[in-house]
Amino acid sequence: MRIAVLSGKGGTGKTFVSVNLACAAEQSVYADYDVEEPNGHLFLNPERTVKAPVTVMVPEVDMGQCIRCRRCVDFCKYNALALVQDKVLVFYEVCHSCGGCALFCPAKAIAEKERAIGSIEEGESGNVTVLTGCLNTGEASGIPIIKGLMDKLPKDGDIMIDCPPGSACVAMESIRAADYCVLVAEPTLFGVHNLSMVYDLAKLFKKPFGVVLNKCLPEENPAERFCVEHQIRVLARIPYDEELGRLNSKGRIAAREDKRYRALFERLLEALRKEAVS
Amino acid sequence: MKQLLILSGKGGTGKTTVASALIALSRSRAFADCDVDAPNLHLVVSRMSEPEKADYHGFGKAMIDPSKCVRCGQCEENCRFEAIRDFTVGEFECEGCGVCVEICPAQAIAMRDHVSGELMLYRDDQSVFSTAQLRMGSGASGKLVTAVKKQLAQEACDAELAIIDGSPGIGCPVIASIAGVDMALIVAEPTISGMHDMKRMIDTAQHFGVRCAVCVNKYDVNLANTEEIEEYCDSFQIPVVGRIPFDKTVVQAVNRCQSIADYPDSPAGKAILSIWKNININFIG
Repeated sequence: MRIAVLSGKGGTGKTFVSVNLACAAEQSVYADYDVEEPNGHLFLNPERTVKAPVTVMVPEVDMGQCIRCRRCVDFCKYNALALVQDKVLVFYEVCHSCGGCALFCPAKAIAEKERAIGSIEEGESGNVTVLTGCLNTGEASGIPIIKGLMDKLPKDGDIMIDCPPGSACVAMESIRAADYCVLVAEPTLFGVHNLSMVYDLAKLFKKPFGVVLNKCLPEENPAERFCVEHQIRVLARIPYDEELGRLNSKGRIAAREDKRYRALFERLLEALRKEAVS
Repeated sequence: MKQLLILSGKGGTGKTTVASALIALSRSRAFADCDVDAPNLHLVVSRMSEPEKADYHGFGKAMIDPSKCVRCGQCEENCRFEAIRDFTVGEFECEGCGVCVEICPAQAIAMRDHVSGELMLYRDDQSVFSTAQLRMGSGASGKLVTAVKKQLAQEACDAELAIIDGSPGIGCPVIASIAGVDMALIVAEPTISGMHDMKRMIDTAQHFGVRCAVCVNKYDVNLANTEEIEEYCDSFQIPVVGRIPFDKTVVQAVNRCQSIADYPDSPAGKAILSIWKNININFIG
């Protein structure tokens, strides 16, 4: 069962929910797809880690062969190439690795080379296999790392995918392989606004989904009202708890340290299993 | 026009809370929301009239004309994004590179314009607010951010100070928002995640040569971590412009579509006023 945990808004508790779900399972995989700011490993502290670089293909122009025809410069939709003072410059950060420049160069002056943009680290944390994607600072797109993580997921078993915030291309890539989406929402107008976006995203990709209401206060909860209005299944309500905030700030895992939270996440996992089957 | 950009790395640390308060306190006449993936600033800045809206065209999408297609498969074979299956282009997979258009021996493929978001402009007698909403699953967020900033610069060129709410992360929308700003104010959170992400954010800002300052939000959640953040910043000569305590008034303000600056006697309201004074004297003044 592949569970994607997403939220639209940042800081609502995606990592908290996915890490704790992974720990509540007997054996599981936790995959951190928030490659711009991966945080799950800070809590899980995986051991015996193995790190592999993630590379993309970028053009390398042989100026000895180049006939200065500008074909590559004119072709590139991303403005990743420019002919400046008789030299072809390549701006790697904006290259999408489409390969068009090399393919269409009439002088065969462009070859492709690998360029590292980040890494995937694999390790173990007790019952959890931890996969962490990490984009190098200064790089624009983590999509190739997300695709690399996708290839590493096992076919079966409980897999928790910790998604990036937002509802753009990176969030979309992350839910592609999911069997079920858990939308984590906090009780603010911001939380509701961004919940409505991931709600649309899950519907667009025809993924079954339910909501976890996090940081619930006794006051009226606008996120809960949204769920009632749209007839969305609420899978769990996690109260706002200062002690939980303190545990979290130190990188401790509630489901491993506190029986009540362990029970809460076991129940949530059970509910997800039933939902994903039906 | 001086530009102050609010960033954080980690999401949910309080960028929009800080940005909306600074807009109110500075009486800024120009502001923008560059979090085009999940914009929220419009929910709390004082209501202006209905926005002017314009479709935003990002990268094009390829389209195959089935009547011309000779089903040779060269497009599928050369597409690096696995966007073509059974001689049809997947809208979400296609990144608009144009390789298939060029490679097709039957000229059966053309690029068509694709609306990847909506650009919005609010204005009243005093101020201009530029924002946008990216279409779901779209990949042109960096380009749209650049358009939001361009719109702001065009419409409010005589404003002295622009305040820009940024997006989480360190990738393309953040990189696009950083270009040309005078200072990035990083809203840090004293949690293990917040600290990790702040460091990556500082790295990114420095990579692009932008001056940074830091403020710590919800500092009293973990005082030891707050002190660690301040020591870290000191060691890199990054000014820490203030601490904001955890304060439930912030949630109440947001849920009433207000900024925390509307609650000047609240602990968080007082802290943000002091941050604004600090920034104004040391960086803008």
